[in-house]
Amino acid sequence: MSCTDLLVVGAGIMGASVALHAARGGLRTVLVDRGPICREASGVNAGTLTLHMTRAALIPYAMEGWRLWTTTRDWLGGEIDVVATPGLCLAFTDEEAALLEARSAARRAEGAPIELVSPTEARRIEPGLSERVVLAAHCSMDGHAGAYLTGRAYRCALLEADAALCEGVTVAGIERSGSRFIALCNDGTRIEAERLVLAGGVWLEPMLAWLGVRLPIKVLVNQLAVTERCPPVMRTVVTIANGLLSLKQFANGTVLVGGGWQGRGDRERGGVELIPENIVGNLRLACWAVPQLRRTRLVRGWLGLEAETADAMPIIGPIPGIENAYLIGSVHSGYASGPYMGQLLADLILGREPERPLFPPDRLLGAVAEEALC
Amino acid sequence: MAERSFDLAVIGAGPAGMAAATSAAEAGLRTLVIDEAPRPGGQVYRAPPAEFLPQGTDADRRIGDELRTALAESGAELALDHRLWWIGEGFELAAVGPGGPHRFSARALLVATGTTERILPFPGWTTPGVIGLAAATILLKADGVVPGERVVVAGAGPLLPLVAAKAVAAGASVAAIVDLARPSDWASAVIRGRSRPDLLARGAGWLRRLAMARVPWWSARAVVNVSTTAEGLSIDTLAVNADGEPQPGTRRKIGADALCIGHGLVPSTEVTRLLGAAHVFRPEVGGWVADVDELGRTNVPHLYVAGDAAGVEGAAAAPLAGRLAALAAVHDLGRLDATHLARRSDPFVARRRGVARFGKAMAGLARLRSGLLDAATPDTIICRCEDVTRAEIDGAIDTGARDVNQLKAWTRCGMGPCQGRMCGEAVGELVGAQVGGRAQAGLWTGRAPLRPVPLEDLVGGYDYADIPIPQAAPL
Repeated sequence: MSCTDLLVVGAGIMGASVALHAARGGLRTVLVDRGPICREASGVNAGTLTLHMTRAALIPYAMEGWRLWTTTRDWLGGEIDVVATPGLCLAFTDEEAALLEARSAARRAEGAPIELVSPTEARRIEPGLSERVVLAAHCSMDGHAGAYLTGRAYRCALLEADAALCEGVTVAGIERSGSRFIALCNDGTRIEAERLVLAGGVWLEPMLAWLGVRLPIKVLVNQLAVTERCPPVMRTVVTIANGLLSLKQFANGTVLVGGGWQGRGDRERGGVELIPENIVGNLRLACWAVPQLRRTRLVRGWLGLEAETADAMPIIGPIPGIENAYLIGSVHSGYASGPYMGQLLADLILGREPERPLFPPDRLLGAVAEEALC
Repeated sequence: MAERSFDLAVIGAGPAGMAAATSAAEAGLRTLVIDEAPRPGGQVYRAPPAEFLPQGTDADRRIGDELRTALAESGAELALDHRLWWIGEGFELAAVGPGGPHRFSARALLVATGTTERILPFPGWTTPGVIGLAAATILLKADGVVPGERVVVAGAGPLLPLVAAKAVAAGASVAAIVDLARPSDWASAVIRGRSRPDLLARGAGWLRRLAMARVPWWSARAVVNVSTTAEGLSIDTLAVNADGEPQPGTRRKIGADALCIGHGLVPSTEVTRLLGAAHVFRPEVGGWVADVDELGRTNVPHLYVAGDAAGVEGAAAAPLAGRLAALAAVHDLGRLDATHLARRSDPFVARRRGVARFGKAMAGLARLRSGLLDAATPDTIICRCEDVTRAEIDGAIDTGARDVNQLKAWTRCGMGPCQGRMCGEAVGELVGAQVGGRAQAGLWTGRAPLRPVPLEDLVGGYDYADIPIPQAAPL
C-alpha cells in the first residue's frame, strides 16, 4: 500500500477546498466521502453569500469568501451560477430596527460595506418589498450561488489537480502506524497517509472520537423551501434583522426561502422531516417581506445539517496532541466562506503562513477536559 | 389548527382506496380518505361532472358508482378536494382544502395513489397538441372533450384502443394508432388475460368500433419526431424492435392536429419514498415500487400500499388489494386476530391473483422499452419544467453523476413543479445505462410538499405577531 501525503475525510465545501489547494500545492491528496461529493450541507444549503447573516468576527473571512465565489472562473472553473447582487436586511418593528442598527454597526466595524437606508430607499432598490419595512440595511457585497452545483465544479477541479476522489467510501476508523494515519474503510480498503484532515461537518464529532478527541458539536437541522419558476418578484438578497430569513430569486425564476428555521433530524438519521409549522412560519415571513410571493407555489422543501460548536465559532487548525492531524468545520455561514477557510488550512498544511488567523479547537477541548475532571 | 385523529388514513380515492376505506370503516376503524378530486373515483372510475350524471351507463360508471355508494355507506370520513402536502413520522398529515389548511393524524396509513403516466421523450414531445394518453382518457371520459379533430393515438397498452375508440365515438377522426407492441404481443396478452372474459369483450367492442371507422393500426412502430406545420402536427414514425429501438430506413409520416401518446404507467411512490420505506425495482409491474408483502405491508410499521401504486395490476384487482391491505391494518391495530385475518383474506388473495393476471398482461404490453430513448437527440428536452436537454444530462453523467439525485442537483432535472414525475423514467434509464441498471441509479429522494401548493393557501391571512419567529441567530 502506497502512502499518500494527505488524506481528507469529508468531501463537503471545507474538505474539498482543503484538498484542492493542497493538491495544487503539490501534495498527493486523497479526498474520501461516504456519499457523493458536496451532497450534504454543502450541496443543499441556500447558497446565500450575504454578510447580513455572518457573525461579526467572521466578516473579513466571509468577504474573502465572497471574492472567491464571485470569481470562480479564475480559480475553480465550472459554473455554479454565482450572481453578485446587493443585499437588503429588513426590520419590521421598532425592536427589530434597534437590532438592525446594532448588528449592522458591528459588522461595519469589521469591514462589511453595510449602510442603513430608509424604507423608501430600500423599495427603490428592491421594488418588490412590502410597505411594512421600517428600516433596512444595504450591503453592496451580497449574492447567491447554486449550491447544488458545487460538487460538480469541485469534482472537475480536483481531478484536474490530480487529487484522488473516493466517493461512496465510508471511513470506519483511523489507525496509527508510527506517525502515519491509516483510514479503515468499510469496503475493506486502507488508505495510509502522512497527514490527516477531518472535515465531516456535523459528523466531525464522531470522527474526532476515532483519535480519542472529545469535542461536542451541535446539529442544526435547517429547513429550506423553493417555489416554482415565476416572473421576477425580486432582484436582491433579502434577509431580516434577527437572521431568520434569507430570500432570493434565481435566474431561472425559482425563489429560495431559508433562514435556519428548524426541521426534525439528527446526526444518525440525517434530515428526517420538515416541521410544517416552521415551513409555514418561514413562508409567512417571506411573504411579509415580498408580498408577491403569495401568488406562487411551493415546490420542494428539504433539510440540511449545520454544525455548531459551543461558542458558535469555527474550529480550524491542528488537532492538539496529534501531529499532522487537522480539523475544519462548524463555520457559521460556512458555505459562503468555505473556499477561503479551506485555502487557509491548506496554506498551514503546506507550510505557508495563512493570511488570517485560524480557529484552533484548543479553547473548546480545554473546557471539555475540565468538565471531565469534575 | 385543530388536528383530527383517525385509526386509518387512506390516501387516494380510486378503486383501491375506496375499497380499503370501506372495509376498514366496516371493521370499526375510524377511517379517513383523502383525495385531490371533488368526488371519489380515481382515474379509471373518475366521476363525471354533476351535469353529466343522468346520461351514460357504461361498465366503468356502474363499477365506480358501486364503489362510491359502498364508501358513502361505510361511515368512512371523506376529505375531498384536499391537497395533502406533508406527512410526518407517526402519520401526521397536513393538507390544504376548502376553508384552508387542515391537520389530521392516523395510527396507520394506507397509500392508494395509483400511477403516473410514462412518456419517454422524443424530439417535439413538448409541442402544443401533444398530450398524454391518460390525460386524453380524462378529457374524453370525464369532460367529454375530444383532443382534436384528426388524432393520432400512439404508445403502448390498452389505453391505445380505449382512447382511439372513445375519440371515434366522440366524433373525431383517428388518423392512426401507432403501437410499440406487435400483434404477437397482443395475442399473448389476450391469452394471459383470459381470466377476464368481460374485459376482453369490452376490448373487442373497442376494436369493432375502430375497424368500422377503418382506423389504421401500425404495429411495432414508435413516434420519433413531432413538428408543427401550417396544417397542424407532422408526426414521424419508425419501426421498432422488441426493445423499442427505432430502426433506420423505416420512416412513415402522418399528419394530425393532436397526438395522444403514452408509454405505460409507473406506480406513484411519492408517499412511501417520503416516509423512507424500502423500494425495489420491478419493471414487470411498472418500475420502482415499495417492497410490500402479499397484504400490502411495507417495512415501515403500519404503512401499507394497495392497488397500482404497489405495482400495476389493473383496476379490477385494485379493490381486492385495497380490502387486503385494510384487513392487514385492522389486524395490525389489534382489531382482528391472526386466524380471522387469514380466514378473511385468503379468498381475496386467490381472487386477486386471478384478476391481476389480466392487469399484469396489459401492463406487460406497455412495459418500459429502453431502446425508445434512442429517439431522444442531444437537444431533446428531457425535463420540461426546467428545460433540461438530453445533452445536459449526458454531460452531467460524463462528469461523474452516478445516481439520479446527484444528477438532479447537477442539472436541475426533476426540480420543477412535476417534481420528477415526468422526467424520472428517462433520467433513471439514462443514468442506469451508465452505472449498471436502474437499481444502481436509484430513485428520487422523497420530498414534501407531495404536490406543489400555492403559498397563499399555506400562509393564509396573518399579522406579523402571528409568525412564531425563533430566537435571533448569534451575532
